[in-house]
Amino acid sequence: MTADVSRSAGQGRAVSAPPDSQGWEIVIGLEIHVQLSTRTKMFCGCPVTFGEPPNTQVCPICLGHPGTLPVTNERAVEYAMRIALALDCSITRETIFHRKNYFYPDLPKGYQISQFDLPLGVVGHLDAELEDGSGFSVGITRVHMEEDAGKLVHSGGATGRIQGADYSLADFNRGGTPLVEIVTEPDIRTPEQARAFLVELKSLIEHLDVSDVNMEEGSLRCDANVSIRRPGEALGVKTELKNMNSFRFLQRGLEAEIERQVAALEDGETIHQATVHFDPTTGRVSTLRSKEEAHDYRYFPEPDLVPIVLDEDRIERVRASLPELPAARRARVADAYGLSPYDAAVLCANRVLGDYFERVAALTGDGKLSANWVMGELSAYLNAGGLPVSESAVTPERLAGLLALLNDGTLSGKLAKEVFQIMVETGADAGAVVAERGMGQISDAGELEALVGAIVAANPGPAAEFRQGHDRVLGFFVGQVMKQTKGQANPKLTNELLRKHLAG
Amino acid sequence: MDALPLTANGCRDLLAAGEVSATELATLYLDRIESVDDAVGSFLLVDRKGALAQAAAVDAKPAGERLPWEGVPIALKDLLCVKGLETTCASRILKGYRPPYDATVVAKLRAAGLVFLGKLNMDEFAMGSSTENSGYHVTRNPWDLERVPGGSSGGSAACVAAAEAPWTLGSDTGGSIRQPAALCGVVGLKPTYGAVSRYGLIAFASSLDQIGPLTRDVRDSAALLSLIAGRDPMDSTSLGLPAPISLPDRTDLAGLRFGIIGEYLGESCEPGVREVFDHAVAAIHALGGVCEEVSLPSVEKGLAAYYIIAPAEASSNLARFDGARYGRRAADADDLLEMYNRTRSEGFGEEVKRRIMIGTYVLSAGYYDAYYGQAQRTRTLIIDDFRRAFENVDFLISPTSPTVAFKIGERTEDPLSMYLSDLCTIPVNLAGLPGISIPAGHSGGLPVGLQIIGPHFSEQGLLDASYALEQRLAVRTSPPPVEVTR
Amino acid sequence: MIRREEVEHIARLARLTFDEAELGRFQHDLSQIIDYVQTLAELDLTGLAPTAHAVEVKNVLRADEPRPCLSQKEATANGPLVEEGQFVVPRIG
Ligand SMILES: [Mg+2]
Ligand SMILES: [Zn+2]
Repeated sequence: MTADVSRSAGQGRAVSAPPDSQGWEIVIGLEIHVQLSTRTKMFCGCPVTFGEPPNTQVCPICLGHPGTLPVTNERAVEYAMRIALALDCSITRETIFHRKNYFYPDLPKGYQISQFDLPLGVVGHLDAELEDGSGFSVGITRVHMEEDAGKLVHSGGATGRIQGADYSLADFNRGGTPLVEIVTEPDIRTPEQARAFLVELKSLIEHLDVSDVNMEEGSLRCDANVSIRRPGEALGVKTELKNMNSFRFLQRGLEAEIERQVAALEDGETIHQATVHFDPTTGRVSTLRSKEEAHDYRYFPEPDLVPIVLDEDRIERVRASLPELPAARRARVADAYGLSPYDAAVLCANRVLGDYFERVAALTGDGKLSANWVMGELSAYLNAGGLPVSESAVTPERLAGLLALLNDGTLSGKLAKEVFQIMVETGADAGAVVAERGMGQISDAGELEALVGAIVAANPGPAAEFRQGHDRVLGFFVGQVMKQTKGQANPKLTNELLRKHLAG
Repeated sequence: MDALPLTANGCRDLLAAGEVSATELATLYLDRIESVDDAVGSFLLVDRKGALAQAAAVDAKPAGERLPWEGVPIALKDLLCVKGLETTCASRILKGYRPPYDATVVAKLRAAGLVFLGKLNMDEFAMGSSTENSGYHVTRNPWDLERVPGGSSGGSAACVAAAEAPWTLGSDTGGSIRQPAALCGVVGLKPTYGAVSRYGLIAFASSLDQIGPLTRDVRDSAALLSLIAGRDPMDSTSLGLPAPISLPDRTDLAGLRFGIIGEYLGESCEPGVREVFDHAVAAIHALGGVCEEVSLPSVEKGLAAYYIIAPAEASSNLARFDGARYGRRAADADDLLEMYNRTRSEGFGEEVKRRIMIGTYVLSAGYYDAYYGQAQRTRTLIIDDFRRAFENVDFLISPTSPTVAFKIGERTEDPLSMYLSDLCTIPVNLAGLPGISIPAGHSGGLPVGLQIIGPHFSEQGLLDASYALEQRLAVRTSPPPVEVTR
Repeated sequence: MIRREEVEHIARLARLTFDEAELGRFQHDLSQIIDYVQTLAELDLTGLAPTAHAVEVKNVLRADEPRPCLSQKEATANGPLVEEGQFVVPRIG
């Protein structure tokens, strides 16, 4: 059934209910947390790092020591504005922070400094596309700034998970890292759309250069609220899927949870508000804790901070500083290099790859050829080694150099691929590889003519057959030439010369 | 030299004249503490070793290279963080807590070369008006050991009154500097909100707290304010003062208009206090000042607004005391919730729990607008009242406290009656104004204070006027005899 | 008068526990104090802006420049229970 749900989603129905979820309409909203790549934390001067020894990237402020006070990081506000503006939100002219009060061991002050009724940005949207090219738009409810919590490690017990652990260990290195929380409208109708939206959002934020958006390292985190209803009816009871840490898990988790809800409602059971955990290994969802005592966060304005006033100038300066965004870039790249929308999307999937391609295309002046090689050989090599484009042993300049040799006939397609492999291993440039290994094609008529003459003379029998009209014998002679030139003879020239000599 | 200099300026002169070494001076005060503090109970911690080490370092310096206040002793209210020195806010929940950092004011005093004698008693987390809410012991009023010194900075006021230190720092959220200063017969100044950094002041109510001096005379308050004031990049709400504070030397009040806050002279004001107040008004006239009664209709709502805002902010500020990272943790709790509940229930005193409960209640779902929202609007109302008043007068005056020091235990049973002792001081915090309490006389042998309130950042003028009045009133400033009960 | 269940709910939110006697006392005190501050709830203050700080300050921001951290030893020195540089808390579940 899980598979069925995803197949129906695969058909890219944007709004209507997938038939095989038995006429239920799926309603999904996402809450995304993005860690900003500032140098320091949101409210103190501790560096933002990853993987340092526990409690070494902390100070009295981010440890919540009595008497300490927060001071807002200017760059964090700037980055948050970029995100809000890129999502087409309107910016709140006077934005303030609130305290969100609750007790938890990863929350050193007993409250999180967040935003409440005056968030930085409101009412935006982001358009995304399914693989079949069908587009859809998702409303953005709000974009607000807050501070991250610390990290808990659950010790003892089998799972290493919170249930059954004997005790927990708190490390506050991550505590206070600047976060932007993005809340969408419940506009998403299929798990596949949810995934496509998140992919698009990740690409957008990556282009803005304000976060590593790395789901594995947790710099991009996604929670999903999901409910189902009969089309036209009021919204059903929603459950919350927590911390999907990959695109695939987000989609599979939603599929599994929807399957659970459909089954439950079909059996006349009721859905209870709950936090749901998805276990990728079993593919099953388990209800964590029902929010029985509905959280009472006792929000009130943070008295240790003052309002941030964002005037028109400031907003327009940030808007003007925004780079070309993925959607616009895809359109331009497809148009400028004569590529299919699909190819353009693949090449612009992330900023660095897009830049790589555009550099190669500019140098070769051949967009199609560049696209084929970047999506083909280069991507294959990167994927094999699990390398990011930025760490490619073959620079855009070197790849362009190789493609030039391909264009001027120095290399055949087959040879070019071999040369590329050598370039990958040695990091040398194409010219050097070809030269020192004598891999260029033999296109010198004189050199080749002598060889062809000799071969024809050495094979009178086949030569006679050819003259009697047995054309296929030509293949035999070509084979001989290639054999003796280790395949480097220019095929076209070889043909011409053979016909000339066999004509006798 | 064995007579105790009573003021910080006195200490400074003796040090400058080389008549006393920093070590001798520190020793004089440490011995005074030895002899009287069992009776008074100002101190939670006396850092004899640390003080003598600081003093020795000063003495080691050539006289020429010393800063003006270097070697002058001071004692600090126990809610100011001093790196490595136990800081408890007079709460059991912070027993053994050693801050990893200095409060900004502490760093400033350290840099100025002052010698820290120790940490002073207070109402737990500054919640109270009598210092009876200390988690450790009560502090007694040096003028009558059966009576309270006021609060929450009761230790800071009693310490100066009993000459256990020439001056001290306290904090004022609703009157916690001015009211104990009045009850102990010393000078207490609450600066404009933002004049002094709050960084390292363990918060009670963040939007109301200010650090300020308690001293024997007005000049010492001016001097100590100039040492601690200033914009601090670690405190977003700090602004500093528009100009450096200079030592007041004004001797008249000619051309100054004083508004008498009528609302504070009602029946809640003791006759004896009223008498002293009227005497002070006469003194103002004698110095060429003009006094007229003004009305601030909304200040009477101040107490109610305060008892919403302060507990609300406190309930959140005190959430960090959960036993996880510092301070006291309840023994062998077998899950997190039990650790939280028992640590906090065993660690906090009755009044602190009461305020946490009030604050949690007024912020809880559905109540925000009716309580916190209304209180903040009332605050606007009160600010407008003061602004209007200051269009016609330079300063506002009232008794600092409607009563003299009351008997220990007299009000502990009835929270509201205790809250009423801050009636005259609370609106000043809500409006963020500077306010000073100076000794104005005695009633039944107990000190009575006069509160003078000025517009935002009018500290210099406030100190100048206070100085002129202080000279005229010439209230006895020598310490009351504290019988040595050891 | 604030209901007993309300007092218990507030205590849960505040992570405080009370015995029967205390509950009674707090119910009484809380009711008395809330009745007193209630007087504000009745005021008509519509149109009045709420005041968060009496002295207005805006746009106080910090340059994104690192400051020295505490060492792990300093950071955990006050910890009631510490294991491998981390703060130990009892099981959460
Ligand atoms: Mg959040
Ligand atoms: Zn920090």
